[in-house]
Amino acid sequence: MSDRRNAASATREEVEDFLYREATLLDAWKLDEWLALTTADCGYYVPPNDKPDADHRSTLFTIADNHARLVERIKRLKDPSAHAEYPPSRTRRLIANVRITGSDGDAIEVAANFVVYRFRRDNDRREFVGHYRYKLRRENGALRIAERRAILDGEELGALGAVSFIL
Amino acid sequence: MLYLPGNPHAAMNERYVVEDRARNTFSLSRETLVSSAVLEKECRAIFDTCWIYVGHASELAHPGDFRTRHVAGRPVIFCRDKAGAIHVLLNSCRHRGATVCREREGNARQFMCMYHGWTYETDGMLKAVPGAEAYGPDFDKRKFGLVPVPRLEHYRGFYFACFDRAAVPLVEYLAGAKEYIDLVVDQSPSGRMEIIAGVQEYDIKANWKLLVENSVDDYHLPTVHTTWLNYMKNAGVNVRPPKDEGLLLPSKGWGRDLGNGHLTTDNINFRGRPVARWISIYGEDAKADIEAIRRELVARLGAERAARIADTNRNLVVFPNLAINDGSSVTVRTFFPIAPDRMRVTAWCLGPAEETRAQRARRLDAFLTFYGPGGFATPDDVAALEAVQQGLAAWREVGWSDMSRGMAKSAGEQLNTDEGHVRVFWRRWSELMDRAG
Repeated sequence: MSDRRNAASATREEVEDFLYREATLLDAWKLDEWLALTTADCGYYVPPNDKPDADHRSTLFTIADNHARLVERIKRLKDPSAHAEYPPSRTRRLIANVRITGSDGDAIEVAANFVVYRFRRDNDRREFVGHYRYKLRRENGALRIAERRAILDGEELGALGAVSFIL
Repeated sequence: MLYLPGNPHAAMNERYVVEDRARNTFSLSRETLVSSAVLEKECRAIFDTCWIYVGHASELAHPGDFRTRHVAGRPVIFCRDKAGAIHVLLNSCRHRGATVCREREGNARQFMCMYHGWTYETDGMLKAVPGAEAYGPDFDKRKFGLVPVPRLEHYRGFYFACFDRAAVPLVEYLAGAKEYIDLVVDQSPSGRMEIIAGVQEYDIKANWKLLVENSVDDYHLPTVHTTWLNYMKNAGVNVRPPKDEGLLLPSKGWGRDLGNGHLTTDNINFRGRPVARWISIYGEDAKADIEAIRRELVARLGAERAARIADTNRNLVVFPNLAINDGSSVTVRTFFPIAPDRMRVTAWCLGPAEETRAQRARRLDAFLTFYGPGGFATPDDVAALEAVQQGLAAWREVGWSDMSRGMAKSAGEQLNTDEGHVRVFWRRWSELMDRAG
């Protein structure tokens, strides 16, 4: 019998709630709580603008973190010496068009569109537009992020400058 | 000595760079970093007279391959023709001016202008004009090919264009920089380095010359890159400067003048290198492979040169705007001004063509520990340069930047944390600007 608690299944409502909670944590810079949403083998990727479908093992990405690197990234972002993000940017994430697109073993594949507005004092507003591709897995019944891919729509990073916060 | 507020050289304030070797002072007018007039002048005096990096031969693997990009403000097509020759063609239709190739990259049999359909061969020759009979018998298609850049030459696969026909040959221009390019290229057993797919294109809201300084200024490492040093420390790398040696960094390094405005750092490596020094970030299973890479270097080049390549890291600036950073990985980075307070950066990762999949993956991973807009270091460099640019808005009152660090020492003693090599850039810049009148 299959139900919503099956390893590789979930309702869109559950997935939406999960993504909204994740966005809230990131916008609030609750980075440790966000990190707790990731699995021990989590990968976080921002592909290059010119090769959005590429493999990070053969193509230069903007970000290609395994979990260990992600832990270090969070340490860095919490440090006032992370000058690009100190004081921390104000961000606001709009997550839309959430859909469950398939499964990969025990992982649920999810796609969603995003607009992330980013504000800094003495700086212009920057709008990061693109889509996410997630692999979510259940651990002790709860959804967790096994892979998170933030794919930007821009032809180049250009005026966005850097991806110095968690996109 | 009493100086006027903000202008230590009131009597000489018509000059941009004021140097007094007897007193060990070196001051840079901040007007050079904020002024539209200066930018306009340097477009002519610098970018139209120097050899400017366009791209690498490996980006054009097959006949018909092309890449469009902007070089010194011009749209160009960097391409390989049907016969295999490499060209840099100005991407502007001879008819009315439209760009004839609007794709980022690809393989083309011809370039057709979308406006009226003039069609060009991949070597630039005009091939066909719709309704050619209307031009009459004197119209000569041979006179209407795409215009190539006036000069195009390469050194070991790095292609440079020059808009000054009278310029010295590239190999002469590169002077001492050639040796440092060799140290990069010789990492490939076959001498074939390649640009790896995936380009990083981003703007920095700062004057382009600030990135020249930043690329080689190791004085900023302990302060700007604290979090990267902490990351290295967490990975087991010793990041503490040795006691009693007067160093700011864990190992000694020098700043060097390579002639013609080119400069480099030349540092004893402490940070791990894909060719060939293992650190824990690469993983235990990479140890044997890194040792094998080093053995190959020793067998091919001898122990001394192998150590020269594997145990030093070097950030090279080829005047005016090419940086090749051979550090945690190899990045090729070029940048152009788009306004006095804004530059556009293009960066690639470079690696030996014959690398295994595992070696390539390791190189790319190592790159991201430090470099690029998502790396652990580059975003903080960008923040520093943008903070400088914001502060420069006070240039009328705070008119000069100090660049005298290390001046009391001889040229050979200039450390990577001194500013001897930064002064090399500014002296050459100043000379070319003065020459232009």
